[in-house]
Amino acid sequence: MNIKTFVKKAGPYVYMVPAMAVFAVFLFFPFFKTIYLSLYKTNKMGQAKLYVGLLNYADLLNSPSFFNSLLVTAIFVVIVVSVSMLLGLIAAVLCSKTFPGIRIFSTAYALPMAIASSSAAMIFKIMLHPSIGIVNKILGFHINWISDPKYALACVALLTAWLNSGINFLYFSAGLSNIDETIYERASVDGANSIQRFFFLTLPGLSPIMFYTLVVNIIQAFQSFGQVKVLTQGGPGESTNLIVYSIYRDAFFNYRFGSAAAQSVLLFLIIMILTLCMFRLEKKGVSY
Amino acid sequence: MDSVITTAAKEINRDELEKLKRSATQKALFRRRAGKFALVIVNLAMSIFVLLPLLYAVSIAFMPSSELFTTEMNLIPGNPTLENFRQAMVKIPLNRFIVNSFFVAGCITFGQILSCSLAAFSFSFLDFKGKNLLFMVVMATMMIPGEATIISNYLTVSGLHWLDSYNVLIIPYLTSAMGIFLFRQFYKSFPISLYESARIDGCSNLRFIYSILIPLTKSAIGAMAVYTFINAWNMYMWPLLVTGSDRMRTVQIGIGMLDSVDSQSISMMIAGVVMIIIPSISVFIAGQRQLIRGMFSGAVKG
Repeated sequence: MNIKTFVKKAGPYVYMVPAMAVFAVFLFFPFFKTIYLSLYKTNKMGQAKLYVGLLNYADLLNSPSFFNSLLVTAIFVVIVVSVSMLLGLIAAVLCSKTFPGIRIFSTAYALPMAIASSSAAMIFKIMLHPSIGIVNKILGFHINWISDPKYALACVALLTAWLNSGINFLYFSAGLSNIDETIYERASVDGANSIQRFFFLTLPGLSPIMFYTLVVNIIQAFQSFGQVKVLTQGGPGESTNLIVYSIYRDAFFNYRFGSAAAQSVLLFLIIMILTLCMFRLEKKGVSY
Repeated sequence: MDSVITTAAKEINRDELEKLKRSATQKALFRRRAGKFALVIVNLAMSIFVLLPLLYAVSIAFMPSSELFTTEMNLIPGNPTLENFRQAMVKIPLNRFIVNSFFVAGCITFGQILSCSLAAFSFSFLDFKGKNLLFMVVMATMMIPGEATIISNYLTVSGLHWLDSYNVLIIPYLTSAMGIFLFRQFYKSFPISLYESARIDGCSNLRFIYSILIPLTKSAIGAMAVYTFINAWNMYMWPLLVTGSDRMRTVQIGIGMLDSVDSQSISMMIAGVVMIIIPSISVFIAGQRQLIRGMFSGAVKG
């Protein structure tokens, strides 16, 4: 084979090399290595030492701590997704008609998406401070929000919901601008009031983007880490021990890399199953 | 409408009609204005609610410590001071952290745009064996959460003795499936004949990318740059694991050092937080329109 045809054949792959090399080394390889590690007991350096089959998984499924972590994560995801989508939706509806200053307001609503989870957690830590925090001052309570197992999870969840509301606002705004204006005119000629218009026109019109937003939000909420690390460290007790934090703690504090790897695999499976289920559901339920 | 008005006009005299018309338009105008005004008020309330954490942070950053520790309402600093900012810069090497973060986020942004546009170019203009399969594989990577691979990645880089270096902060993030998808989505809107005629005129592939594709996809690149920069600036878990020294820490990790100093330093810590939020917010505000245009012109419709 002469050089010219070789170059021609190889050319298309060459453009892939930078992207594929990074994927191979930092995504595919570690992904399979995580599965591999999850079948082993490891030493403190994270080297696989003893093949144990599915023992790590069996241990996890028998551990109340892991079940607690799953439960806490599930509650967390439900709160985060519902509150952040609601916030985004309200903001998007408020900005759906033009009025003076709309640009400033829409920037304000989208702004939380530019803020890091760790920075936001530090701000919330002060806002929720039992004696000097603004939340207790406004509400007139004396609650120690972060050290009380009853409230800690809700606090972390609301913080995350706030962070995610920005991008939801953008999604919903895009969705609203895709709805045909004339259906509103026709509906108001037919005598529909604004509440009816919202529930019978706006919401169904938003359903494709709503669905996409839901999937993205759930996946994102499952991966929350920075806010837990800064705000509660999984505590008090294990009341905010979300699954990613639990992975982090097992691997880097307890040096149980095998167990942490097994949890990572389970996290991946949960996210994959949820995503697939939702795309299956979407084909049935969402109106376009 | 007109005929109704003219017949009505015959019955009532012209002046009265004129008055009626004027008051009706005035009423409608008033109602519309009132509606707009109400909308602005509601928006104002909502945006203050949404921005409350940020406004509160800014207020505390300017507040002397003595004012912070009261049980009374203290929303606005009585004697605003820059002392907290100065203290934060002295207590931790914040300058260094900011430089680190800018360098790391800049390299990641540049690298992602480069690697993603090259790959997307190949996917959309060239033909090769296994193209569709490869694209499917790339898309499937979006389902793997970063946290699921982070342990193995950590073990890999510590095996390479890369810990606590710029390499380890930058290289794993030099490409993204989302970026490839976004660029391909944009490139798909160009006719293949554009590429073919450029080739016939003797334009090489690289030159085609550099002088035709990149100028034509500025909005996608802008969107990608804003999104990637903000995410890289806000990165937390990976730098937490792989950096150990002040020399390499990024802002998000570095700022945590202020957290643990002592309880008197709350206002100083918040001043630090405000300082590191400013760059990401500025990039966001400057690039917001680009971001929205890029995110939604290609992705949602496809």
